[in-house]
Amino acid sequence: MHRTGELYGQFETPAQQKDSALLGMWIFLVTEALFFGGLFLTYSVNRHYYFTAFGVGGNMLDLALGTTNTFVLIASSFTMAMSVWSAQTSRKKLLPVFLLLTLVLGFVFLGIKYVEYKQKFEHHLVPGSSFDIRYHVNHPAPGDNLKELAAERKEIEEALGTESPDNPQKALVALNAHTQLYFSLYFGMTGLHALHMVVGAGLLIWAFKDSLKGRFSAAYNTPIDVIGLYWHFVDIVWIYLFALLYLINRHLV
Amino acid sequence: MSEHIVSPKIYVVILFALMLGTVLTVEAAVRDFGPWNIVIALAIATSKAILVVLYFMHARYSPKRTQLVIVCAVFWLVLLLGLTLSDYAMRPHDASKFATPVASRLP
Repeated sequence: MHRTGELYGQFETPAQQKDSALLGMWIFLVTEALFFGGLFLTYSVNRHYYFTAFGVGGNMLDLALGTTNTFVLIASSFTMAMSVWSAQTSRKKLLPVFLLLTLVLGFVFLGIKYVEYKQKFEHHLVPGSSFDIRYHVNHPAPGDNLKELAAERKEIEEALGTESPDNPQKALVALNAHTQLYFSLYFGMTGLHALHMVVGAGLLIWAFKDSLKGRFSAAYNTPIDVIGLYWHFVDIVWIYLFALLYLINRHLV
Repeated sequence: MSEHIVSPKIYVVILFALMLGTVLTVEAAVRDFGPWNIVIALAIATSKAILVVLYFMHARYSPKRTQLVIVCAVFWLVLLLGLTLSDYAMRPHDASKFATPVASRLP
């Protein structure tokens, strides 16, 4: 394809080329929004049907880690926005610094996510044959907040009462089935979000390498802007995941 | 190029607004507002998302064409969520089959 500098032959001006790239990215983000929208819909319908079990499941998540991750991701969105500004104003020394900061914060997020997933494995909260919603309250680890565990135990007992009041065995099977549904959605949605973070990290590494060569400036910064749109979108998905998965059942305990 | 450059000052303000929103939503979540808890959580999440779209993603300074694309995304999402959820909410369902009717939680 014919190309003059960074300008491809099918475009008249760099401004037109950038406009087209940004529009294309926005249209891609619309498809992403609807893609995640389907998952949020699945979550909402199931929460409507299995309200109590979803409350129990949501309160098993670690609120402190979830909140920390929200702050980390917001900070990374800020450094990403600063990367775009650095590129737009031709600050060629500053751009790699902000890109690297964004990348590091992205990895911090994924690291905290790893700690959370590990905890869920240890608490037998991963859907499958060893799933047991009562495991953690029955096997507290040293350093656990006992008051919180007592509240969780009380919530589980109440939930068992609503699942099947006269048949404890049936109630436990039902509660395990319905909380597994919650955790399937938890792992599916946060996992897909984490996968987007990994893709974003790959893009940032590429942009970081090119920024070291001084490729991006006021005249040409389209990739930084496009990566920025993607990164902020992933931030928005997390804002909703945090509210729906971690927060909305807290007041029940 | 005549593109709009958003100043770092605005980015810092948005950063603090988003952090404040996060603190508020966590503080609100641990208090009991009954049916309003989910409304408050989603309202704060949506406010945060709007700030990100308008300023971090430059939607406020984008061409009308881009803004139309964003409005379309919201429109399709509202259709997807709104129509499906209103269907589920109004569909009579066998409570024993779907377990745990919400009403049984009430005193």
